[in-house]
Amino acid sequence: MLGKTANGLFWMSRYLERAENTARLIETGQRIALTRLGDDAREWASILQTAGSYPAFMASHDTLSKETAINWMLRDRDNSASIRSAIDAARQNARLVRTAITGEVWEAINATYMTANEIFARKVSERDLPGVLQRIRQGTALVRGMILGTMMRNEIYDFLRIGTFLERADYTARIVDVKYYVLLPSISAVGSTLDNVHWESILRAVSARGGFRMQYGAGGGPGEIVDFLVLDRRMPRSLAFCVGKIEDNLRYLDSDARTPSRRMVSALKAQYFSHDVAGIFDYGLHEFIQDLLDGLGGLAAQIERDFRFYE
Amino acid sequence: MGEDGIFDEMWGSDAQLRDPYRGFHTWFDQEDPARLRAKQREAEELFRLTGITFNVYGKAEAEERLIPFDIIPRIISGPEWSRLSRGIEQRVRAINAFLHDIYHKQEIVKAGRLPEEMVRRNAAFLPHMIGVEPPGGVYTHIVGIDLVRTGPGEFFVLEDNARTPSGVSYMLENRETMLRMFPELFSQNRVRPVQTYPFDLRRSLAACAPGCAEGDPVVAVLTPGIYNSAYFEHAFLADQMGVELVEGHDLRVVHGRVAMRTTRGYKPIDVLYRRVDDDFLDPLNFNPESALGVPGIMDVYRAGGITIANAPGTGIADDKAIYSYMPEIVEFYTGERPLLENVQTWRCSEPDALAHVLDNLADLVVKEVHGSGGYGMLIGPTATRKDLAAFRRKLKARPGNYIAQPTLSLSTVPIFSRAGLAPRHVDLRPYVLVSPERINVTPGGLTRVALKKGSLVVNSSQGGGTKDTWVLED
Repeated sequence: MLGKTANGLFWMSRYLERAENTARLIETGQRIALTRLGDDAREWASILQTAGSYPAFMASHDTLSKETAINWMLRDRDNSASIRSAIDAARQNARLVRTAITGEVWEAINATYMTANEIFARKVSERDLPGVLQRIRQGTALVRGMILGTMMRNEIYDFLRIGTFLERADYTARIVDVKYYVLLPSISAVGSTLDNVHWESILRAVSARGGFRMQYGAGGGPGEIVDFLVLDRRMPRSLAFCVGKIEDNLRYLDSDARTPSRRMVSALKAQYFSHDVAGIFDYGLHEFIQDLLDGLGGLAAQIERDFRFYE
Repeated sequence: MGEDGIFDEMWGSDAQLRDPYRGFHTWFDQEDPARLRAKQREAEELFRLTGITFNVYGKAEAEERLIPFDIIPRIISGPEWSRLSRGIEQRVRAINAFLHDIYHKQEIVKAGRLPEEMVRRNAAFLPHMIGVEPPGGVYTHIVGIDLVRTGPGEFFVLEDNARTPSGVSYMLENRETMLRMFPELFSQNRVRPVQTYPFDLRRSLAACAPGCAEGDPVVAVLTPGIYNSAYFEHAFLADQMGVELVEGHDLRVVHGRVAMRTTRGYKPIDVLYRRVDDDFLDPLNFNPESALGVPGIMDVYRAGGITIANAPGTGIADDKAIYSYMPEIVEFYTGERPLLENVQTWRCSEPDALAHVLDNLADLVVKEVHGSGGYGMLIGPTATRKDLAAFRRKLKARPGNYIAQPTLSLSTVPIFSRAGLAPRHVDLRPYVLVSPERINVTPGGLTRVALKKGSLVVNSSQGGGTKDTWVLED
């Protein structure tokens, strides 16, 4: 496979994952706003921080409100993480790797792009927002379904998966990081209504509310949430799960372990996922996540080099 | 019904349904127009979804557009086609012999059948190719011969596309779309298939691999990139052939071979089907500004390390002044009379011809010798006074840059318009694959249709559409 194609596949799936995560974030923000328990502007600021686009937003807007934040995350082309930009970029990469993906995958991406183009041609009203987010997520789910159902399990598929899980790990890590103060046991020990809302919103933002309840019943506090999002191997958006998948796919790509990235991912796994949650709090949750994010960034850069994405 | 005095391929010149269209017309007569209109819309949706689009040059946004597709097929009978394809094969054989000759001994010039300056001073003549032996002796691996028709038996070659003929993906997708929408038509009519084209193309290219190729030759398609107007076609052909689609920055010369950067290192390519113009192919040998090509590829080529399809320097056969000599060229190399006629052509470089052209400008079509895509041409009968005056000046300033031809009464084929069937002018581009063993003419080709009433310009860049083209079994 061409290095350029590997690059296109990697980014195609990253952008698809990003579009979906941004949709989840908007849903979460909207939900918090509706419960009216928090400070609106502060919540949206933390949502934008999670999306990684708070500084860019503040540079181009005078005020931060629900409307401006939602519009920015949904359809602003100046925001490279907006749903619209992410879907554009996913399709652009899909065009670039058109020969590597099946016709079904291409048509699903193109159809999602056409839907997004139509939806985002004008501002989305609050009333239409849930329906719009639903259609976007159906679109990205269709693409994922087509990938699962029609693609050969070869190196093409491996690069798609690696892109997906790097993006997902990045997102989950940032959710935990931006909300880390809510999750610190010392502060949140009481479990006030406000804390409960925050905890629930964190779980919602990674589609983990149901899974968490199934695991912990009516109980479960911040420690369990961190355990669930960072260490749980069955939770498909947890950091341990994502890093495990990246390791699997790198192993398929490089069965002789000749690439530095293959050694790097195993080292990451050993370093960050061989402790229990108490160990993470001892280390410092914020520091832990920051270090892991750095590690993931380094891994992505090493994969680019090992598989000759650019040169 | 057709326009007055114009040959319509369905209705002839006298409103009598022609034989090849009988089967189709029976079906059409029983169809509900409303259903057909819905089908036409469905076809457009299908094209949009599969992404069969082209990028429009000169538009602010790199917008992707659909080429309009018309559901009424253009139908050619078996006997009509076998006559045409023999003529096409003969012409393509002659073009290859001609290219070999002008880059070697130039016998045709020595024999006095082609003026020397037509070659030596031709901008499309590539001195780098002098004395080069392309693998398998093939210059034009893929050719498109543009034909027009003016009567039941009257076909003319309008131009030869020996450089990089495009549009074959539309030929294939048009057929796919028709099969998906109207399967019953294909059980009622015996239409010769075109779907093997990508497979034939790969086999034909592989048969032209250089001597250094080992095992199954590695074929790749070279594209200028996703912003090129024909990117869809490049990706489509690579996909259908099952080969890599590469850009210049994926390639480099490694140990005397052109190799592509894969996830496991550099891998040599045997045959490169390039959709990049000569000028951009190699910044070391041609345009140094080019970022689309591969530095040093021409040196590898000259040393026999890669097949470039089509060979560099084939553009001279597309030259419209050379075109005017094509009857002589065919005769010179095949020893036969040309089976396909040329359109009468005045070379404005010749004073008598120029005088004639200037006197009759309003009746003629004037083209640039290196032009293509319908750009930079004058259609006398529909031109404004201002256009005519401007061309008069251009002709006087650089007569050698132009040729002129009579305005032909191109045949029409009906399109399905809001008012029902309506005649529109068409041309035809059959596609030809050349390998050392054989010349393969795909039955049919791409029919382009001018959607505007009375218009003779069929180019997609100027509002033309396409039709499925049927060749019936005998």
